Amino acid sequence: MPQAIDRKDVQRLMGEGAQVVEVLPKEEFEEDHLPGAISLPLRSLETEAKDRLDPARPVLVYCWDAA
Amino acid sequence: MYDYVDGKLDWLAAGLPSEGRNATRARAGDIARPDVPTCRLEEPIRTVRERAAAAGWDACVVVNDERVVLGLLRAEELRKGHEEPVERVMRPGPSTFRPHVLLDDIAKFLVAHDLPNSPITTSDGRLVGLLRREDVANSKTP
Repeated sequence: MPQAIDRKDVQRLMGEGAQVVEVLPKEEFEEDHLPGAISLPLRSLETEAKDRLDPARPVLVYCWDAA
Repeated sequence: MYDYVDGKLDWLAAGLPSEGRNATRARAGDIARPDVPTCRLEEPIRTVRERAAAAGWDACVVVNDERVVLGLLRAEELRKGHEEPVERVMRPGPSTFRPHVLLDDIAKFLVAHDLPNSPITTSDGRLVGLLRREDVANSKTP
């Protein structure tokens, strides 16, 4: 179960080298995304995550909002 | 695994840096005027009118102690009344935008609704500044 975090935690984890993952569709990622984020849309998350993410580093995921 | 539950909306609304196609486009927070006069619900409209005029403004944003926007006095409302409290003449619950909204999108809204300005607020309703239509137009002038 992922641990819920807020903006301050995000900034701290980014500074510590966390991998930042946007799970929104690619088109939305291309418009705006957090600095250094990678795009792993929900549909491809399961199949691509193991190839694109480093299991040794923390992973931080986000979408548009809490809704 | 961590879940940033408030997501991209929260990040952009806080005015933090982003990457992508929109990263270099002008946003509401870039030109909203933080120096817009503010007032309280209970102040007499005459006092507020004089204060706004002395500062060269024809608008005033009504806020509470936490700077949460409660209403707006545009030129039309500022002209109304004398000793009545602001609450009686203000526009309650005006349309507001978050700082990350693209200027082009707000410009279309202001023109479509014939509005001279709109408050820019954080996601919890606190005043960032007043976005004036004339400032939007000037920002597009090369």
